[in-house]
Amino acid sequence: MTWEIVIGLEVHAQLSTHSKIFCGASTEFGAEPNTQADAVSLALPGVLPVLNKGAVERAIKFGLATGSHIAPRSVFARKNYFYPDLPKGYQISQFELPVVGQGALTIQVAPLSGNAKPYEKTVRITRAHLEEDAGKSLHGDFHGMTGIDLNRAGTPLLEIVSEPDMCSAAEAVAYAKALHTLVRWIGICDGNMQEGSFRCDVNVSVRKPGEPLGTRREIKNLNSFKFMQQAIDYEVQWQVDTIENGGTVQQATILFNPDTGETRAMRSKEDAHDYRYFPDPDLLPLEISPEWIEQMRATLPELPQTKQARYVNELGLSAYDASLLTASREMADFFETVLAAVPNDAKICANWIMGELNAQLNRDGLDMTQCPISAQQLGSMLARIVDGTISNAGAKEVFRTMWAEGGEVDAIIEAKGLKQVSDAGAIEKIVDEIMSANTDKVTEYRGGKDKLFGFFVGQAMKASKGQANPAQLNEILKAKLAG
Amino acid sequence: MFESSLKQMGAALRAKKISSVELTQSYLDRMAQLNPQLNAFITINPEMSLAQAKAADARLAAGNADALTGIPIAQKDIFCAKNWLTTCGSKMLHNFVSPYDAHVISQFNNAGAINLGKTNMDEFAMGSSNETSYYGPVKNPWDTERVPGGSSGGTAAAVAARLCAAATGTDTGGSIRQPAALCGISGLKPTYGVVSRYGMIAFASSLDQAGPMGRSAEDLALMMNVMAGFDERDSTSLQRNKEDYTRDLNKPLTGLRIGLPKEFFAEGMGSDVAKAIEAAIAEYKKLGATIVDISLPNSKLSVPVYYVLAPAEASSNLSRFDGVRYGYRAPEYGDLADMYEKSRAQGFGAEVQRRIMIGTYVLSHGYYDAYYIKAQRIRRLIAQDFVEAYKHCDVIMGPTSPSTAFKLGEKGDDPVQMYLSDIYTIAVNLAGLPGMSIPCGFGDNAMPVGLQIIGNYFDEARMLNVAHQYQLATDWHSRAPHGL
Repeated sequence: MTWEIVIGLEVHAQLSTHSKIFCGASTEFGAEPNTQADAVSLALPGVLPVLNKGAVERAIKFGLATGSHIAPRSVFARKNYFYPDLPKGYQISQFELPVVGQGALTIQVAPLSGNAKPYEKTVRITRAHLEEDAGKSLHGDFHGMTGIDLNRAGTPLLEIVSEPDMCSAAEAVAYAKALHTLVRWIGICDGNMQEGSFRCDVNVSVRKPGEPLGTRREIKNLNSFKFMQQAIDYEVQWQVDTIENGGTVQQATILFNPDTGETRAMRSKEDAHDYRYFPDPDLLPLEISPEWIEQMRATLPELPQTKQARYVNELGLSAYDASLLTASREMADFFETVLAAVPNDAKICANWIMGELNAQLNRDGLDMTQCPISAQQLGSMLARIVDGTISNAGAKEVFRTMWAEGGEVDAIIEAKGLKQVSDAGAIEKIVDEIMSANTDKVTEYRGGKDKLFGFFVGQAMKASKGQANPAQLNEILKAKLAG
Repeated sequence: MFESSLKQMGAALRAKKISSVELTQSYLDRMAQLNPQLNAFITINPEMSLAQAKAADARLAAGNADALTGIPIAQKDIFCAKNWLTTCGSKMLHNFVSPYDAHVISQFNNAGAINLGKTNMDEFAMGSSNETSYYGPVKNPWDTERVPGGSSGGTAAAVAARLCAAATGTDTGGSIRQPAALCGISGLKPTYGVVSRYGMIAFASSLDQAGPMGRSAEDLALMMNVMAGFDERDSTSLQRNKEDYTRDLNKPLTGLRIGLPKEFFAEGMGSDVAKAIEAAIAEYKKLGATIVDISLPNSKLSVPVYYVLAPAEASSNLSRFDGVRYGYRAPEYGDLADMYEKSRAQGFGAEVQRRIMIGTYVLSHGYYDAYYIKAQRIRRLIAQDFVEAYKHCDVIMGPTSPSTAFKLGEKGDDPVQMYLSDIYTIAVNLAGLPGMSIPCGFGDNAMPVGLQIIGNYFDEARMLNVAHQYQLATDWHSRAPHGL
């Protein structure tokens, strides 16, 4: 019996403004509790919100980057509920008229298992709206009481809501990753998932193909892609089991426990709040002029999707390579700097970055920004491969040296004697010597024992101390052995 | 001296005929004597007031005094004032000492005015008689068995009893104009957005507006010069050029077109009030004004519309009073929900709870469209009526309140009767227009009657001119309650 999985995401991206969305208090992470809670954050009597322009600018950038409609007029609304870490007793959010309307994000999906090929998919974005974060309840050592930290209260968030367009955990993770890349790419969110700067709520339902949508359950506050995948897998299985065992899925908000790998209901629809949304009379409608949008457009970098298309169409890379090279802006910048040194050899750049370089980074637990080899260094090294100065094997030696000790490419080649022999005369001389020293093998080879070719290559390489240009050597050997 | 205008007081201070410390002390003495029977003040702090007076004297001596430097002004207890207990008339804030100044308070501080004390008010400005205050009702200085009106009842009583030179009020549905009328003083609610709401404890944000209350239009103009102006901390504050509100005081009224809305002169108004209003209109004719009959057809809906919108906003604005961070928390409670319920049930009075419940109801799922959205629509129609009317007149006049001051407890058990005492004032808030009340005579019970003057948007200077010319020609505004 086959089931269709339907997934939609709500992502809360914390916007990278220095101050909060409705007051001047700092948004810096990790300060002592309540040291960044000013009169507005504390919701003292009489205080009023004033919108942070930087938060709006970031929302506009997001709208532009996803080809979304940017509302010329949007409205802040109050979402009313009581909770100790919600100081005003309402959250200022946007409800009926959000700042960003419909858009889309095209993603590359790498299936999580099996041998299925990566494919492209477009996920529609329903809306994105500005809102403030709540504070934190601390259940630590307060003599049985709860502590409240309002440093985070009022931190600007962009809540990005997708259509239920994803039909597997792989697609949901790919979409979340693509969003994560995008918000960092355009500089609106630092993407730090441990600090809660990028949090995902996942709506999951299952149905039989052709049937109407099933009842969804919402997995709250996932802060890692791994957990997201586990949570979805578990939840899908739970829903399928529930229905197949004759039960029904009730709408609910659920939490994922990474320790057990299970989801559990936090509250059901019955105790869902009536938030009594209404337009916040303390804030005027947010008006965004076409001029403002154009100003923001001018500050946007080339977007990952645009770059991907360019890498495929102009540089001849595969869509998969292109998507990996645009996994972050640092990665793409690195690639393009390397490419500048060998403009006609994009493939070799891609191979080295995603092969040797990535492997080393992973081994040493570093990210792109901490890479000990600069893009310029790698570029000059690749240029030496392309112009035949060093072999691939030699390049690996150069690479290892640069990684460990630094240094300039040509100097390393010189010092280590890695320059390969590309002088046809010199190589012919070596080949001649080897052939006359192994006449029996030459005879065997000519008699049909093709496998011996490798033997001759090895001997010649050894004789050249590994410095013979392999391509050239092969060519000369083949010709001479053929007689 | 208690009868001097702000202008005269300022001149006397600058001429060193009296020091601010002396002036402040004499008001404090008078307050000590009369406040116990009037209950116009919630907080009096002579030490802090006199420290300000001392500083004002230094400024006067240095010769850089402003118009109000050294003059004692009382502040409605809805304004947060640094280091002052700021209760908003509620048990909920019985222990709240504000760590910051409201914009209005800073403006007076910068002007060198003295904060003479925090005046009593209906709890969270919800009331028309000052009887909902946790700190007890204010008595009307003209007859201490009667209410002073509300919610700025403490301010109105203090000004009428000469317990301060002038004072501040706030007006959400008539809370400056109605008590001004009932206490025989002048009060101005400016155009919405002219005075910053920062630090003014919110009742209904889209309607709340602070304004001056005093003994004359001229005094109000000087107060407005201090209070009005753009403040970036209030997103609804309007960015406009600084105005001198005294600039038009002495213009003649020849050719002034006064609109009289027929709806204001229909049933409901007391005959004694009607008589005083008609006499005032006759006086304006003498001053050169012409009368235009106008209609505000939707104004009859203003009370029901108001009692949907104001409670809706209030129910949300008052959510922050939850016992968590400041203010009242029930001494004993079980879990979190119990703490909320007990703290709010014990900290808020009956009228506040009634309005929170009305507001919560009209915003609830399934009722929002029928109440809130519909009320917003009618609100626009009411505002449109005024736009239409101002095509034919310059100012609109009518009664401020249908009756003079009623007796304490008289309307206590009938909220709707109480709500109807704001029937002429509420439309002005819904439209965001400026409105004024000035004394224009006395009713059958010898209690003052107020004439309401409604102006077009930003027409405060003209309204003050219209009021001032009347006060030059009459002396209702300088009558003081006897027997105090």
